[in-house]
Amino acid sequence: MSKLRVATTSLAGCFGCHMSLLDIDERLLDLLELVEFDRSPITDIKHCGPCDLGIIEGGVCNAENVHVLREFRKNCKILVATGACAVNGGLPAQRNHLELHDILTAVYQTEGGLAHGAQIPNDPELPLPLNQVHPIHEVVKVDYFLPGCPPSGDAIWKFLTDLIAGRTPSLGHGLLHYD
Amino acid sequence: MSEQNIFLLDGEEIAFAPGQTIMQAAQSAHKYIPHLCWHPEFKPHGSCKLCTVKINGRFGSSCTVEAAAGQNVENRTAELDDKRRTLLQLLFVEGNHFCPSCEKSGDCLLQATAYEMGMMTPHFDHFYPDRPVDASHPDVMLDFNRCILCSLCVQASELADKKNVFVMGGRGMRGRKIILNSESGKLGDTDFSVDDRAASICPVGVILKKRVGFVVPYGERTYDKAPVSAVEAAK
Amino acid sequence: MKTAPSPALNDPGIVPAILARHGHDATRLMQILRETQESLGWLAPETLTAIASGVGWPRAKVEGTAAFYSFFHLRPRGKYCVLWSDNITDRMLGNRELMQALCEKLWLEPGRLSEDGLVSVNTTSCTGMCDQGPAVLVNYRAVTRMDMARVEQMAELIRNQVPLDEWPAEWFQVTDNIRRKDALLDHGLVPGEALAAAMALGPQGLIDEVKAAGLRGRGGAGFSTGMKWALCRDAAGEAHYVVCNADEGEPGTFKDRVLLTSYADLVFEGMTLAGYAIGAKRGLMYLRGEYRYMLDALESVLARRRAERLLGARILDKDFDFDIEIHFGAGAYVCGEESALIESLEGKPGRPRIRPPFPVTHGYLDQPTAVNNVETLAAACLVARHGGTWYAGLGTGKSAGTKLLSVSGDVERPGIYEYPFGVTVAQVLQDAGVTNCIQAVQISGPSGVCIGQDELERRIAFEDLPTAGAFMVFDCTRDMFEVARNFAHFFAHESCGFCTPCRVGTQIVAQLMDKLETNHGSPYDIDEMFKMHRLMQGASHCGLGNSACNPLFDTLNKFRPAYERRLKSLDYEPAFDLDAALSQARQMTGRDDAGAHLDNME
Repeated sequence: MSKLRVATTSLAGCFGCHMSLLDIDERLLDLLELVEFDRSPITDIKHCGPCDLGIIEGGVCNAENVHVLREFRKNCKILVATGACAVNGGLPAQRNHLELHDILTAVYQTEGGLAHGAQIPNDPELPLPLNQVHPIHEVVKVDYFLPGCPPSGDAIWKFLTDLIAGRTPSLGHGLLHYD
Repeated sequence: MSEQNIFLLDGEEIAFAPGQTIMQAAQSAHKYIPHLCWHPEFKPHGSCKLCTVKINGRFGSSCTVEAAAGQNVENRTAELDDKRRTLLQLLFVEGNHFCPSCEKSGDCLLQATAYEMGMMTPHFDHFYPDRPVDASHPDVMLDFNRCILCSLCVQASELADKKNVFVMGGRGMRGRKIILNSESGKLGDTDFSVDDRAASICPVGVILKKRVGFVVPYGERTYDKAPVSAVEAAK
Repeated sequence: MKTAPSPALNDPGIVPAILARHGHDATRLMQILRETQESLGWLAPETLTAIASGVGWPRAKVEGTAAFYSFFHLRPRGKYCVLWSDNITDRMLGNRELMQALCEKLWLEPGRLSEDGLVSVNTTSCTGMCDQGPAVLVNYRAVTRMDMARVEQMAELIRNQVPLDEWPAEWFQVTDNIRRKDALLDHGLVPGEALAAAMALGPQGLIDEVKAAGLRGRGGAGFSTGMKWALCRDAAGEAHYVVCNADEGEPGTFKDRVLLTSYADLVFEGMTLAGYAIGAKRGLMYLRGEYRYMLDALESVLARRRAERLLGARILDKDFDFDIEIHFGAGAYVCGEESALIESLEGKPGRPRIRPPFPVTHGYLDQPTAVNNVETLAAACLVARHGGTWYAGLGTGKSAGTKLLSVSGDVERPGIYEYPFGVTVAQVLQDAGVTNCIQAVQISGPSGVCIGQDELERRIAFEDLPTAGAFMVFDCTRDMFEVARNFAHFFAHESCGFCTPCRVGTQIVAQLMDKLETNHGSPYDIDEMFKMHRLMQGASHCGLGNSACNPLFDTLNKFRPAYERRLKSLDYEPAFDLDAALSQARQMTGRDDAGAHLDNME
């Protein structure tokens, strides 16, 4: 059986889920027997090619997140929302009951300690934030969800080995966590 | 107890005392029927609908339907657990349930029940409502972001504490909420006490005692140690 | 209105006077709140505190009730509160455009109080004027037949702060529009005639006749009236009660409006019969708040009946005391459910009770209570006068008697049509006059059944199409998706919020319908709607949740292309406009480069 091609990325996340992936420790070597990585912080490949599996950490908080998520959806047969932020928006989504207008004004213009005349950054290089943060399933079709903040290394290992073996992933007690 | 006072729960014979609901009889027999708004100390409320079972082929709330001889009750079937998962998803998107930053995580009945049902995602689009936090009381804070409208605090305050600090009011998803018994609407202006029964009844993370947070670390809490089905069946 | 004056303190005598008039009785809280609001404009926090201490309830409980009902205002309301009836029939008559025009003339947004606190304009659920819409409520007084000329004049009257009593009287005219009479509307009885006949029979004899008549509840469920009365009579209790359910809230229904306007004697006499049958001394009529304008006329009928010894002590000189009082609802459809109605009569939020026990044994104040529909009670008079055998001869085998239909929508002569049960839909359409081809008829309102043009030979009867009376007609130019979307929003607005499936499910469904309406939908969303239908139908606490997806289910099955042509793609689609989601950031940064936009489809 040829190796599955896997891409990973972090959108509005903290890379904690990627750190947790590394927490599978020496099982990484077993994993590399089964998969090869495409776009991922692990490979530093910048754009995703056709893949079997896409692993998304983080929610969607800005325009760039949308582009990356769409690139993954277009190229990955299976897309997995990994971690609390991808699943329900997580910590960044706790701004959702506030108006973006008020947030930007407070952070860049009216909070104490800002330089006189501070402005909201408007460099075209910077992605614009969305009015609200969204879990990824509110923007593209998502096939599987692996919750946790972060999901533990054991949970990730169980989930991935299930998927790779062609089983519908299931996490029993102790592996399924939202915290 | 007469020989006839027996019904079937997922094919197993369960004895009941006349007047017991299906839920009460199951609890006495150490069988778990999922529930959120039901609590053995209080009257059945019948609102969360997690305890929906099939009684002789018809849906019913096991917390309100009385046990009767010969009933065939389906409980943990794929069909019913699937409906329960959907109900849980509705509750998760209705409020703001961010477990990683919640003091109740691991001790939360909503979360534990969602684990039990294998809920991997809230599935629906989130409403992200704007709900208040009330820290006006010296000993207790309220975070209504997590309220699932189970009414247990209402019953505990009315029946156990004789106070009526909490009342369920308003209408519909956007209106229904806990109303506090003070003109200001603040907990600090009520006669609520940290020693009230209502202070420790909340199944989720709304009513939190101050200065005792995280005494037990994540990972070592009630439902970290055993799934809710096992915890409930052991009661 | 940041420093709204404290109204209760403006005239400290108002609230105590109202409380005294109602004997400081908490079960009369709905009436106390309504009358207080009618005097003070809104229910301020200190007003609620005063009422709570007056009736001896915890303050939060009083606020809990006040917050439940749409017609109670816990924030300053404005001197003029204009609410547009928003049933689909009002929409078909152009209410949205008229409301928009009124808002523009008054310089305000729907749902927002004007800056000067003068006026607010919003929508409300069907006000029962579908035969003479578009309708509005102005400070809870019904205005019919709105058009652009009236909108212009209304804006002037509001701007000039002309008191409502000086507005054109014809605006407040509500006509009966009775188009076809049968046994009930042509009853020919004089007040007291049915009652005298019943007293000759005795209570058990009356119940036997009602059973023999095969009279069934006209609210739609069709429970045997004789059986209900017998069960109630046999139930043990300190007192028995008759409740007349006049909370006609099902969109498209207005038959009770007509019965209470022109046949009030018959309805009150029916209540008295019920009281005689079950052994009650008190009858309560629960009338929807939208019909507040009827109060004076109804009270004068009650007063006349008391004077004629048809109510009060020793009715018709027999050993039977009975009297009737009128309670108003305050804008909550769910109170049409009998146990929710009883909760409301007791001063509480209209939350359907856990059943069993049923009201016949544990109803008002936990006592045996017969809750009957307005039309059922009126029909009972015919049974008492002419006997069960005669009545059973009308209609069909399982549906004795006649039925009032509230016909509205795309017909030439909207109004009230009375037929013996068994009439075909096609016959009703022919009598009401249809010019265009018929696409669908919604029978019994949003919670009922939607039938298509190949089902017009179906019959109005419990055997085929049971109905509470609504009969809304849609011709081929109408968009059945928009009909269903209107109904979805109705249920989302009216869900009491008690149980999870209905509270959140109705919102999810309304949101999905809006997603399709704004052309963001995909087949996934249609699957989601079916899933919500399956969940809510089995798991909801009461009929509202159980039937909330009926219009969706019917129209998805019978008019699926109306949905499909709105789909954006066959692939998954987000519910929101991604490019619009960058709008605030664009505005704040002043950017408009390519990177400051998102294609909605990629």
